[in-house]
Amino acid sequence: MKKTLSIILLSAMVMGITFTAKAVELVGAGATFPYPLYSKMFDTYYQLKKVKVNYQSIGSGGGIKQLLSKTVHFGASDAVMEDEEKAKAGIKVHHIPTCFGADAITFNLPGVTKMNLTPDLIADIFLGKITSWDDKRIAKVNPKIKFPKMPIVVVRRSDGSGTTYIFSDYLCKISSEWESKVGRGKSLNWPVGIGGKGNEGVSGLVKQTPGSIAYVELIYAIGNKMPVASVQNLSGNFVYPSIQSVSESANIELPDNTEVSITNTNAKNGYPISSFTWILVYDDLSVLKMKDDEAKAMMNMLWWMIHDGQKLVKPLHYAPLSPAAVKKAEGLLKSVKLNGKNILK
Amino acid sequence: MMLKKKNIKINGDTIFKYAIGSSVVVLIMLIVGIFVSLIVYSYPTIAKFGFGFISGHTWDPVTEEFGAYPFLIGTLITSFIALILSFPVSIMISILLSEYLKSGVIHNYVKSSVELLAGIPSIIYGFWGLFIFVPVVREVQMYFGITPYGIGILTASLILSVMIIPYSATIAYEVISLTPSEIKEAAYSLGATHFEVIRKVILPYSSSGIVAGVLLSLGRALGETMAVTMVIGNSHILPDTLFAPGNTMASVIANEFTEATSDVYLSALIEIGLLLMIVTAFINVVGKMIIKKFSVGMS
Repeated sequence: MKKTLSIILLSAMVMGITFTAKAVELVGAGATFPYPLYSKMFDTYYQLKKVKVNYQSIGSGGGIKQLLSKTVHFGASDAVMEDEEKAKAGIKVHHIPTCFGADAITFNLPGVTKMNLTPDLIADIFLGKITSWDDKRIAKVNPKIKFPKMPIVVVRRSDGSGTTYIFSDYLCKISSEWESKVGRGKSLNWPVGIGGKGNEGVSGLVKQTPGSIAYVELIYAIGNKMPVASVQNLSGNFVYPSIQSVSESANIELPDNTEVSITNTNAKNGYPISSFTWILVYDDLSVLKMKDDEAKAMMNMLWWMIHDGQKLVKPLHYAPLSPAAVKKAEGLLKSVKLNGKNILK
Repeated sequence: MMLKKKNIKINGDTIFKYAIGSSVVVLIMLIVGIFVSLIVYSYPTIAKFGFGFISGHTWDPVTEEFGAYPFLIGTLITSFIALILSFPVSIMISILLSEYLKSGVIHNYVKSSVELLAGIPSIIYGFWGLFIFVPVVREVQMYFGITPYGIGILTASLILSVMIIPYSATIAYEVISLTPSEIKEAAYSLGATHFEVIRKVILPYSSSGIVAGVLLSLGRALGETMAVTMVIGNSHILPDTLFAPGNTMASVIANEFTEATSDVYLSALIEIGLLLMIVTAFINVVGKMIIKKFSVGMS
């Protein structure tokens, strides 16, 4: 027993030494939302190509900050970089989409497991204008459900997060009152409700507060088997959030740089509170003083992420990129340079 | 150096003297360094909002309007309620341990459980509060017909009061045990009962030590972050009742720091840190003055 253990340890050490001598190590930081997917992808890629990626899920804002201070090779974010941040970067930063995420609206209402919500209802509930579940307007779009007379308790994220950004971005598009009163951002000045820290904090509060309503990441809602609401999209269809309907939401004309918010999509069967999540890469990697082999290894890895790596997306409840999005991402990756020379051919 | 040779003796004494001297210098430099860097990094908001940062009621990261008044009030209310609730309990525990159960299995058991309370990580308190304690508060709120949030200012204060008991209780126990037996025996010989000895001899004698313990626990309550964040509701609106959700300075920093990307936003959060440090320092100074007053009254 002892002997086998020491052999394993020894061989691990020897392997470690041989690899550190050759292997390329990449460092990335950013969004927490795609972290389970990225860690699976990077692990699989390491098995394939022996390229080690150290990804720290410190949040989208942190990832952008690290990228701007040039301490990481790539960043990751759930939101498009703001103009102020882009200006700080000095050169262009490409947003490479890797998968889709969505916010699901979850609730805890005794005897109710599904419901339909219209954009107006969502805005008015989260603005604090509809305060009771037996409101006539809720009953109107849910004729078959009997709602109890119960106060609505709004639960939302207290920590800054890309999830909140996506949700507020959606509300800004559907409600001018929301846009002028609250606006969009990773942290907001909420008019009502109680805040939980992280998806787990929010779902913890929802699970034990009868009458509560909240938004959480879709993968989190699916994983925890929480009831979610169908949301009416721009085409008038009530869409249940699923991997299928989230992927569907990007079935629209995409700009070449993919820096587009797909909330409130006009895709016919698309779920309206969806978003890309991106990996952020400098246009010319020489600003990071990357060597030839490092730059090449990173670009190959990103290329793999948007092609073969996409196989890993669905099993983890994320929504894979649509063919149109992959095409755009390919174009972006091909334009990345090192000392003015394109890396991928 | 013009020192005479015989003065430079490298022995244990000199080394020890320099060692303690330098550790003090390092400590002071650390405190000053933290203070200075907080001021430097919060300068953008100090310049932009001035006093309005403390008196402002709106905290809006989107429009970058920052006023920390609700958090300042939230911190002070939760800490002082926690203190008021925990103080009698800690005093009773310390009197029990030092005067009634002076030794034995139960003494050891009670003493180590109190000490163990201090060793529980605050995230555990937070989870316990959120999943066990909050539902109980919610039942009470439903009984009284208040919106049953469960979480809020009062819940946070209750959790905090449990968390700070060990700090005041252990220190109070130590100082009460230090009361000289001569003066206690003198009181008994004059016909005082056990209760009278506790009330008129032991408590006055150890009052300054007890206050010191209270200050330490208050400091802990002011800065407690994780457990409070989980049960206070994290609302930026000034609480109007004790059942309403609120926020504290420490929990705002913990919640929003990671995603604060703009310079003004970051600076505002650092200024909250500065404010928290000033409040803590202020309370400490006031406490020292109280201790001094008590000690003078004694002599």
